[in-house]
Amino acid sequence: MRHGKARFVTGFLAIPVILYLYYVIWPFAQAAGYSFTDWGGYSDRPPGFVGLGNYSRLVKDELFQTAFWHNVFFLITVPLLTIALALFFAFLLNVGGRGNRAGVQGVWGSCLYKVIFFFPQVLSLVVIAVMWQQIYRGDGQGLINNLLIKLGIVDPQNPVTFTADPQPFLGIPAVLWWLLLIAIWGGVGFYMVLFSAAMQSIPKDIFEAALLDGAGPIHTFFRVTLPLLRDTVSVAWVYLGFIALDMYALVYVMTPSQGGPNHTSEIFASVLNFTAFSKGEFGYACAMGVALAVFALLLAAVQLRITRRERIEF
Amino acid sequence: MSNSPDTPSDLSRRNVLRAAAAAGLMAVPAAGALAGCASSTPSSSTAGGAKGADNPFGVADSSTVNVVVFDGGLGTEYAEKDKGIFTTKHGKVTVNLGKTQKIKTEEQPKFSTTPSDLINNSGADAMSTDVLVNENAILDLTDLLDAPTWEGSGTVRDSLLPGTVNDGTYNGKFYTLKYAYTVWGMWYDAALFEQKGWQAPKTFDDFFALAPKIQAAGMAPFVVDNKHGYYPRWHILATIWKSAGKQAAIDIDNLKPNAWKADGVLAAVSAIEKIVKDKLILPGFFDHTQSQQAHLDHKAAFIQLGTWYKNEMAKTLPANFKLTLSDYWSVSSADKAPNDVFAGAGEDWVVPAKAPNAAGAKEFLRAMLSVEGAGQFASLTDSLSSRKGSGDKVSDETLASANTLMKNAPKDLISWRFPDYYADFDKESQNQSEELMAGRLTAQGFIDKMQAMADKIAADSSVKKQTRSS
Repeated sequence: MRHGKARFVTGFLAIPVILYLYYVIWPFAQAAGYSFTDWGGYSDRPPGFVGLGNYSRLVKDELFQTAFWHNVFFLITVPLLTIALALFFAFLLNVGGRGNRAGVQGVWGSCLYKVIFFFPQVLSLVVIAVMWQQIYRGDGQGLINNLLIKLGIVDPQNPVTFTADPQPFLGIPAVLWWLLLIAIWGGVGFYMVLFSAAMQSIPKDIFEAALLDGAGPIHTFFRVTLPLLRDTVSVAWVYLGFIALDMYALVYVMTPSQGGPNHTSEIFASVLNFTAFSKGEFGYACAMGVALAVFALLLAAVQLRITRRERIEF
Repeated sequence: MSNSPDTPSDLSRRNVLRAAAAAGLMAVPAAGALAGCASSTPSSSTAGGAKGADNPFGVADSSTVNVVVFDGGLGTEYAEKDKGIFTTKHGKVTVNLGKTQKIKTEEQPKFSTTPSDLINNSGADAMSTDVLVNENAILDLTDLLDAPTWEGSGTVRDSLLPGTVNDGTYNGKFYTLKYAYTVWGMWYDAALFEQKGWQAPKTFDDFFALAPKIQAAGMAPFVVDNKHGYYPRWHILATIWKSAGKQAAIDIDNLKPNAWKADGVLAAVSAIEKIVKDKLILPGFFDHTQSQQAHLDHKAAFIQLGTWYKNEMAKTLPANFKLTLSDYWSVSSADKAPNDVFAGAGEDWVVPAKAPNAAGAKEFLRAMLSVEGAGQFASLTDSLSSRKGSGDKVSDETLASANTLMKNAPKDLISWRFPDYYADFDKESQNQSEELMAGRLTAQGFIDKMQAMADKIAADSSVKKQTRSS
């Protein structure tokens, strides 16, 4: 079998690799090329070469910097909160129930919960955004406002405006917190399933040994479960980092004037979209795209480096 | 196949996940952004046919015209009718009618190679006209203006409503045909007003006097779409024009120093600020259809927008609701142009410079501007077309109120250009309009921000400047 392996693999991979190079890598290279020009995007007049001009502009661009810090906010909060919640749910669903003669098990009804938590993952992000528009609706007809007004918590003359509210909460515009809530709600189900699968691959006897040694659920979680899930959590962190760097669909659908009110929910992608399509500065927008890609690469490299450790095989 | 159990592959579960993560790096989220910039090679254009009186642009037989119509408030049925009109003269030409709301997303990538022939550049996802013009990406349509009308009598130019040619002209060339003629103003339910004995206000003072009566009836006097900044901006800019006059508006569009500090500008913005301060606006936060539905539900007495209102809300318009348009309110007796009406041609149609069948595109526009095409448009959409007399045969009360407004209007129409000229100014003015309507910005603050933006653009040598003289 061995001697034909290289040829076999090459034959199998050649076509997808060529397609990938032509349709994915080549456009990336083109975009990187355009980032050194002043191409406008609508004509094929030869674009003027501006060297690193676009990149030095980026450094001084206030709007881009605002967007950068908003993405950093998501970069910290989205992975942290999503993973924490997903781990908590996964733990409850798999080993959180009372240990008894049948061994370790999840809380009662865990199969049903799994389906319910996973549900948002089935919907497209835009559908989620449209659904949340009704939940967040800014008058008495909104799901949340209606409830809060009936409970007398919110003044009907002054309903919560959610994604149209720029007032800072803990120094961060409220609109970003409301978007964060949707992102976590949408993401937690998938990572819960991911962590559940990883937990199920941990042999039950490890948990039972911990149980016999008198470890409570909190100790079991932090001393046994979490260390054994380290790799999975690390990968989840990288993926959630990408989601945090994107967030475009939510900002596009949910916020006033796409990035408002008054730039308080501006993110990389919304600034890039405005620069490329509204201002017609494709060269500059490509520079933004390249900067974003480099930033994402560095982030993932650092992340995977930090979490690299000896693995336990079982 | 090549891996037997005793020679396990190095693709363990975790390595696969890791490799996938590394691949994902490139794929999400930069991929869309990066790939959007890629280009490809152009294709050749269709050869022309013989020109003649009935075929002024020389559309070739058996050629194809690709038309893209915006599937928005006006619907697309009128374009189907135009297709029918077109094929009566050019039976051998195929018309492909594409319908979309994603004009920019779908059409921009094709622009430098093989674009559609005719594009209805409209909606939230429209392409910036200033960019299209500056990049020479669309055709000068002056020959369409000089062509005979579809009926053969007179030229297309003479058959258009006032403002249509002017509003479609950039740097002295006619680039965009604005097909729908829109009148903006204050909408109210005439039946309700009659029943309550209320008079539709003509000035802000009238409105402020009427407001307590409206509130006593359990309604809010006014409702605002504050999700799209250009909605409140219409109101602000129309009021500024009425108060400060045409020359002040031209100066603002031309980025003259201190143009926003002219007499009357502050008074206009202050009048709107007073609506906010006095809490005359329906509480909450609404997008366009939510605010319009609130108006139709009698939660608010007035809403301001253009004549597409009725068509957009046709499904939920109550039968006894007499949707009536009145002019924007004037500010005071010192107003320089209290009677000027905010109206103009909108719904841009453009022909890309690289359109394979530009002749067919222009001919399609000529068919749209026929008496029959324009009439069909008016009756289907309850909006006027920019061809004169399109509403003559329509017996719709709402359209009639718009017609009346136009008939009593002076020669000058309110028309603003700076949002079309400069994308940054467009964004900033939308943002600050939202801030003003949300009560987070004062009238003076609004003017200061606008002046600062105007000065910034005027000082930026990399921005191509445009000017208007009338």
